[in-house]
Amino acid sequence: MGAPTPPATTPSQTVGPFFGLPGGILWDDGPEVVAEGTPGSFVLRGRLLDGAGEPVPDGVVEIWQADEQGRFDHPNDPRPESASWQGFGRCPTSPDGEFWFRTVKPGPLPTPTGEAEAPHIDVTVLARGMLNRVVTRIYFPDEEQANAADPVLSAVDPERRHTLIATPEQEGYRFDIRIQGDDETVFFAV
Amino acid sequence: MTTHETRSPSGLILPRYQTDEQSHPALDTPEYRSSALRHPKKPLQYLPQYLTEVTGPLLGQDRCGEHDHDLTVQHDGEPLGERIIVSGRVLDSDGRPVPNTLVEIWQANAAGRYRHQGDRHPAPLDPNFSGTGRCMTDSEGNYEFITIKPGAYPWRNHDNAWRPAHIHFSLFGQAFTQRLITQMYFPGDPLFHQDPIFNSVRDEKARERMIARFDLDTTVPEWALSYKWDIVLRGPQATVFEDDDEEDDD
Repeated sequence: MGAPTPPATTPSQTVGPFFGLPGGILWDDGPEVVAEGTPGSFVLRGRLLDGAGEPVPDGVVEIWQADEQGRFDHPNDPRPESASWQGFGRCPTSPDGEFWFRTVKPGPLPTPTGEAEAPHIDVTVLARGMLNRVVTRIYFPDEEQANAADPVLSAVDPERRHTLIATPEQEGYRFDIRIQGDDETVFFAV
Repeated sequence: MTTHETRSPSGLILPRYQTDEQSHPALDTPEYRSSALRHPKKPLQYLPQYLTEVTGPLLGQDRCGEHDHDLTVQHDGEPLGERIIVSGRVLDSDGRPVPNTLVEIWQANAAGRYRHQGDRHPAPLDPNFSGTGRCMTDSEGNYEFITIKPGAYPWRNHDNAWRPAHIHFSLFGQAFTQRLITQMYFPGDPLFHQDPIFNSVRDEKARERMIARFDLDTTVPEWALSYKWDIVLRGPQATVFEDDDEEDDD
């Protein structure tokens, strides 16, 4: 039984420092997954920090998530329910490394093996200096039981699990991303 | 045999997107100095492909303006430089087209300068060139841009470092697992050998997949040269149920 032939995919390259050209990959409402005033919405803020603890001013953070009922409007979601849901946000980092999104907490999701995933947001981080994106997840601090049962989070070293859980703050939540070094965020191979 | 799909007792059947780690650069590539503080040092954690991973943003035509695919008509005058057509197909690794997906590009002008406040290269800006484009693939996965061949430009990675001419591409595919940012290069560029970003892809054949092909057949006489470049995203494996698990008999 031979190994399968590797598929001939196109390699990844860095997003570089100049993705923020006017009219380029950023758009004005990029951070607004939902409009201001949407019931249940909050602001999720964070900082992107490098291995020296310095802010990354030339990064872009993207999020992808289900809606509040745990639905995706997508043909690969085989469940009958669907919603008119974009679920996507994209925000460049500021000179202080800050990014933000206005969104809602997603609902829990079923897994094919009958488990339940706790509410979570998938995150892509791109930046100059990164030859491929890195991927992480955001979980919520007020979901202790669901988090404990979550098949992804519970497989993470307990000492590092906190790097995947947002912290409450006035307008919503904070989720800092440490690419490297002390308290390095857990990143995933997907 | 490999697992092709994850089968659920509850009937939740999800596609599974194939990985192709050999094609991609290591996040830690010391020759590319900026990667030093910007790669995770701890091992990556395995992430199963559940609903969030096999779905993804389906961004539509509403994200594209009328002239977004033609970077040469976005201003009152024509940009300077060599007009080119860049077209091709977005495919998955099973060779299937990826239809109706947003393709975004950004690039330097013909002189090798980006319209970005952070670009200090003392080459002229072109008032008639923004360097950004968008289009959707059609039902067969085809995309097309009309643009200007970008110039090479210096940077400070190493002594006398120059980036080969390139166009940045952003692709979503149809799943979170398919997201790709890459760069398209031009054939025969004399700067490849010294560029640590291009060479961060260690496999020669994989590097070649980033190089467009000059195409005389679609070159428009007396108007524009043409380059063809197909982009291959990870694909879902063939649709059969999992068969490599000894305990999967119901």
